[in-house]
Amino acid sequence: MAKTLFEKLWQSHLVEQLDGDAALIYIDRILLHERTGSIALKSLAAADRQVRNPDEVFCVIDHIVDTLPGRGDETMMPSGKEFIQTTRSAAQSAGIHLFDIDHPKQGIVHVVSPEQGIVQPGSTLVCPDSHTCSQGALAALAWGIGSSEAEHALATKTLRINKPQSMRINFEGQLGTGVTAKDMILYLIAQYSAAGSAGTVIEFAGEAVRNLSIEGRLTLCNMAVEFSAFTGLIAADKKTIDYLGGRPYAPSGENWKQAVRYWQSLHSDAGAVFDREITIDCAAIEPMITWGNSPEHSCPITGTVPKIDSANKKSASMQRAQDYMGVKPGQKLAGLPIDGAFIGSCTNSRISDLRTAAEILRGRTVAANVRAICVPGSTPVKHQAEAEGLDKIFIQAGFEWRESGCSMCFYAGGESFGFQQRVATTTNRNFESRQGPQTRSHLASPATVAASALAGQLTDPRTTQKS
Amino acid sequence: MALQPFTVHRGVAAPLLRINVDTDAIIPSREMKRVSKQGLAAGLFAIWRYTEPGGREPDLNFVLNKPQYRNASILLSGANFGCGSSREHAVWALNEFGIRAIIAPSFGRIFYHNCTRNGILPIELEAAVVHYLAEAIQAAPQQNKLLVDLPNQQVSVAELKFSFTIEATPKRMLVEGLDPIAMTLEMTEQINAFELQHRQRMPWL
Ligand code: SF4
Repeated sequence: MAKTLFEKLWQSHLVEQLDGDAALIYIDRILLHERTGSIALKSLAAADRQVRNPDEVFCVIDHIVDTLPGRGDETMMPSGKEFIQTTRSAAQSAGIHLFDIDHPKQGIVHVVSPEQGIVQPGSTLVCPDSHTCSQGALAALAWGIGSSEAEHALATKTLRINKPQSMRINFEGQLGTGVTAKDMILYLIAQYSAAGSAGTVIEFAGEAVRNLSIEGRLTLCNMAVEFSAFTGLIAADKKTIDYLGGRPYAPSGENWKQAVRYWQSLHSDAGAVFDREITIDCAAIEPMITWGNSPEHSCPITGTVPKIDSANKKSASMQRAQDYMGVKPGQKLAGLPIDGAFIGSCTNSRISDLRTAAEILRGRTVAANVRAICVPGSTPVKHQAEAEGLDKIFIQAGFEWRESGCSMCFYAGGESFGFQQRVATTTNRNFESRQGPQTRSHLASPATVAASALAGQLTDPRTTQKS
Repeated sequence: MALQPFTVHRGVAAPLLRINVDTDAIIPSREMKRVSKQGLAAGLFAIWRYTEPGGREPDLNFVLNKPQYRNASILLSGANFGCGSSREHAVWALNEFGIRAIIAPSFGRIFYHNCTRNGILPIELEAAVVHYLAEAIQAAPQQNKLLVDLPNQQVSVAELKFSFTIEATPKRMLVEGLDPIAMTLEMTEQINAFELQHRQRMPWL
């Protein structure tokens, strides 16, 4: 029978069907970070339980650690040091891999894992972090869990879960100039709402997805959770295999050949049936920007803040979002003055993102009143960017050039853009106070954020001449 | 690590009828100050509950600060409750605050799981029903307590009764206060056998 990619991944990891709809699923890789991993490791130890296969568990320090040069265990976030040190000692005593603050492989967990070849096609991978769905871009079943589930996975190498439904989203046609993976996912969520996938496993497919680089696919899958998906998935193809070749934790030698043969089968068979299917015409997608406090509150950068129809059942939340964001119905998004620009996060901080932004910034400077920050997604990305001279372009343009980490993607009590500051940001969440108390976040692609930083206002990147 | 079992609970219900209440709103990052599951109740809904960011001056317009909803142990809310970040702190904070059940049209998936494994009952009921319940209690919330009966899968107030659905496993976990890790460790033999085969099939992993 024709099977979906999800079905293949599910069946190859099914240990046992439990009562009801639950199943016991084998987990190949577990990732942790200091904010949620610390507590999972600590309570596991407190319950006198062991990590079952420490060699298949990887922990990074990325969330709370500062990203200013010269950083250490002390953080701007009050008590961040406790998280970092608890994680370090718990990781050491559990014998798991640890990419500590000064480790050459350190970085944001979802950037590090593909970069190091930890996530592999056909594997299952979990992390107590909602953006684990990013890693489905490599044809792995990768999803975010809570800390207690992480404890469960650490202790048993399995999880009890209900089988999610499946959905395929076909991005047909080609993307226009200046339109990126980030714009695709914002467009999708704007069309079908933040609850649009209702807990399904989404396979992203179609010509435009095949044409994306692996890094673009990671961006697309990153925001599957903002679409309420269980996770996102993309079939393995030549790009996937080429991407993984030679990565530190990827297979090698005879194992590599055998793995590649298997990976080539990791796509949905012709005629496979999904619970739901959606087709998007990519010609309709423009560079997108959010205007409110949900990723579904987005529209083309050429558009205006929507009018609120009181009959709409979302009118109250739209009103609240517009008040919070300080925008009015009918107002043009392009031209809205900004105070900050942020390029970073697991959504858009890989080398291709930095190259795109640098191309726009080269030889120019950001507007005088804008605080602009670039935070590479991993230490290897940072080094690569420096080898290409991108750091100089950012710095000369007036950007701060940071050490890698989550940084101001989220506010944990330390650094923030400030009260009611308006920020163009490449991150994935524009929730109230996500980037700081009352901070107003506008999600967009790296190109849009770079163009906006230069102009000091939200700007269509297609109107900024490339240097 | 036995949990508090959930069978029948009667309590004050507070309406927080917003959609997409995300876990950042339930417990802001800056309120998660320690590597601990405790000490989180004060930060619950901090951005709405207090007049200033980081402050502790109650905002009297916020539902949980109103005297008629004192000691609320049930929340009524809008669709997609608990969406966003996977932080289990959201559930620990609700738990410590005394919330035992949440009634909403739908829940964030990770949040839903986090609830059931921490002894909080998430109940899915249609938006119209949630609004109906909110109306039914609002005249006197302290008197019109909601009765949540998990074994019989029913929510009721006075004469009104609504049935809800819940999967067998989370129901059993809640009713018996079971720890899922202990349940799974009993299956170690099956896991070992699976792992052996799996390694033969995919030796590169
Ligand atoms: S970069 Fe932001 S969204 Fe990504 S893992 Fe870090 S905090 Fe979460």
